Amino acid sequence: MSAPLDLPRWADTVLVPALSVVAAFLVAGLVVLGIGENPLSATRYLLQGSLGTGEGLGFTLFYMTDFIFVGLAVAVAYHAGLFNIGGEGQATLAGLGVALVVNNLTFLPGFLLIPLGILGAAAFGAAWAAVPGYLQAKRGSHIVITTIMFNWLASVLIVYLLVNVLREPQSMNPETRAFPDQARIPFVHEVLGAIGIEIPASQLNLTLVLALAASYFVWLLIYRSRLGYAIRVVGSNPSAAVYAGISPARITIIAMLLSGALAGGLAVNELMGYQHRLLLEFTSGYGFVGIAVALMGRAHPVGIILASLLFGILYQGGAELAFEQPAITRDMVVVIGGIIILFAGALDGLFRRAVAHLFARQKLARA
Amino acid sequence: MSPAIELIAINKSFGTVHANRNVNLSVERGTIHGIVGENGAGKSTLMSILYGFYEADSGEIQVNGQPIAIRSPNDAINAGIGMVHQHFMLVEPLSVVDNVMLGAEGGAMLRVGEAKARAELARLARDYGLEIDVDATVGDLSVGLQQRVEILKALYRGADILILDEPTAVLTPAEADALFELLRSLKEQGKTVILITHKLREIMAITDRVSVMRRGEMVATLETADTSPPELAELMVGRRVLLRVEKAEKIPGAPLLEIDNLSVVDARGVLRVANASFNVRAGEIVGIAGVAGNGQSELLEAIAGMRQPMLGSLRVEGRNISSSEHNPHRMRQLGLLHVPEDRLRMGLVPAFPAFESAILGFSDEPQLGRGPILDHDRLIADLTKKMEQYDVRPPAPRLKSSKFSGGNQQKIVLAREIERHPKVLLVGQPTRGVDIGAIEFIHRRLIALRDAGVAILLVSVELDEIMNLSDRILTMCGGKITGERKASATNEQELGLLMAGVTDEAA
Repeated sequence: MSAPLDLPRWADTVLVPALSVVAAFLVAGLVVLGIGENPLSATRYLLQGSLGTGEGLGFTLFYMTDFIFVGLAVAVAYHAGLFNIGGEGQATLAGLGVALVVNNLTFLPGFLLIPLGILGAAAFGAAWAAVPGYLQAKRGSHIVITTIMFNWLASVLIVYLLVNVLREPQSMNPETRAFPDQARIPFVHEVLGAIGIEIPASQLNLTLVLALAASYFVWLLIYRSRLGYAIRVVGSNPSAAVYAGISPARITIIAMLLSGALAGGLAVNELMGYQHRLLLEFTSGYGFVGIAVALMGRAHPVGIILASLLFGILYQGGAELAFEQPAITRDMVVVIGGIIILFAGALDGLFRRAVAHLFARQKLARA
Repeated sequence: MSPAIELIAINKSFGTVHANRNVNLSVERGTIHGIVGENGAGKSTLMSILYGFYEADSGEIQVNGQPIAIRSPNDAINAGIGMVHQHFMLVEPLSVVDNVMLGAEGGAMLRVGEAKARAELARLARDYGLEIDVDATVGDLSVGLQQRVEILKALYRGADILILDEPTAVLTPAEADALFELLRSLKEQGKTVILITHKLREIMAITDRVSVMRRGEMVATLETADTSPPELAELMVGRRVLLRVEKAEKIPGAPLLEIDNLSVVDARGVLRVANASFNVRAGEIVGIAGVAGNGQSELLEAIAGMRQPMLGSLRVEGRNISSSEHNPHRMRQLGLLHVPEDRLRMGLVPAFPAFESAILGFSDEPQLGRGPILDHDRLIADLTKKMEQYDVRPPAPRLKSSKFSGGNQQKIVLAREIERHPKVLLVGQPTRGVDIGAIEFIHRRLIALRDAGVAILLVSVELDEIMNLSDRILTMCGGKITGERKASATNEQELGLLMAGVTDEAA
């Protein structure tokens, strides 16, 4: 008998993560103080740069779109008891899928080409995740190891393809030619401008809507559908799954397919929504941020949206901060992000335990 | 003379759970003192406090009349208290003498300590009849002998007071008898024994006095000679309970489950079930008696389709089950349902709300939702109804499955399977970790199901339960079926021999 770690839902989903963020900012503030800068003004730049201007907000939401997709990808696998660290590689391959579809079907109109591009991303992401999934399910090769290896494979594969196969002959850059115009997902400022609402230009595009729709879909899948039920049984109690006649191997592969497809959303946002071509390293390590996002969001879509917003603020505000206070370099911003990941992910149990203890005591006092 | 152990007003809470509430206990020197109570009544907590695993929030412990602080098992050992755990704390690859001196080697070099240990073991063997081959590897010993090593360990450390926690759970009836013989001889030598058990038969057989715990409180301490099992059961539960469910004689119908030459190999390639052949007929309960770990679990799982049997065949309602359709899903469709042995590992998903655990194995049933989406309102309504019928407490379908007591979890599992009207029901350990009140309820349900014409295959390590419920009894030992008896025409001794592997031919 150990002290029960039971929390009211609001404390579990709001209070504990909020405490983690506050603690992380306090520690990050100490770090800023340590290099002789003012943490308060740093915080101001961070918030001002990410939320204070229309343009900044646009960029924040653009990053948030990326993080929602990779966060959902990690979460779906997590519910099946799998730790998918391969979001980076799956998104890279999804980018290849997008490029192959839209640059080869240029004769199609936009309302066909855009959905096909998105499907291409999902299919390639899923396929890249399917191999580690299969190896885990059938051969017991640990998914953490294989997905990491597949990140490297994806990274060298894309370099090879962009340098030797897909590059335009007259270009020196390792990138494909620009996507056809009708394959570009419209920017939000363009769409709103068309109906007379003027907002500052930014990279933010309609993929955000897709990300929110995907969040709803994942919620429905995981918490309401028969398949999601089976996924959670496998993740929570594999021997009960065997008893129930649910095949853990089959669910492992399905969960990885879904996970890889969701990671493909990153490619949709970055390539179809902004870059309009396939280029090297467009994933920028966001696949790994997805792990922190999913952890912090407790693998629940609502939590993931909130955590994605936080990381969006951090990325956009951090860039502004590095610009305004040169002593705080890009690397320092990464350190601050790392501290948040540390508190939200690894040290999450610390606050959970303390809060649970507090609640138990209060209950006892009332009884 | 002051009592060997005196516990005064012990209190202990875990979070919001008041596990021990003003508990007083007095154990006379040179007696065998039983402690009974349902699961969660606080017996184990109390003994853990006495042995120094937990510290009481308040209260006093006296040993031989002296107040004493016990903060760790070392303190307990120094005070002459020894404990034999339900799950042995032995190093299997080491020899008996190594295990006994482990932690009491007496210096950096082993030679002196070992000589002392050997001499002491020889003396214990002489004084108490605790014969054992001191150079045998512990892993090779039978469970009964391993338990003997645990007792030797405690005595070697100078224990005058021995606590045994559910010592017979893993023993055959014959081994249990040998243990009781040993406990009596310890008592004659002036040792004090505290016996924790939930088997009232054992309390009646061996103890001098018995204390009953209920919901963290000590509700009575009685002279064993002055009490009876029904009285003890009533004290444990707080109301009158029937220990034996009546059932009418019944002529069974056609065989619904037929097993032919079934053999099962586990993942490590060990043969777990060897050439089992039997059948279970409509309106009949067939019990499989055996000491835990003799292949019953694997047999049940194999029939349910959770393990592919290596060899053999299986018929349900006369229909041959091919190996391609021998999976849990298909077996359920054919009306073969399964209450698994281990609720928490298989029967439900502890992290899920109860209404989700209540469809485990059936989440594909079309009426539970629309298309791919499950209808939660409906699941909750369904379970609410079942909780009422099966008296599940608290009747809260949204509560996490792990929050229910063992008995209520088992009722949720039983309701799920029984209410789907099985033709054949496999039942594993239906009352393990279940309180007496719920046991009565579960037994009644199973009998009612049998009377309704269901073929029931029951596996239990509780011989009482097997004898009480079954029409026919099969015994298993080492993966083999060693005998078959009509329940009305056998007795515990005979079954005990069969369970120990003395087969019909040899007997």
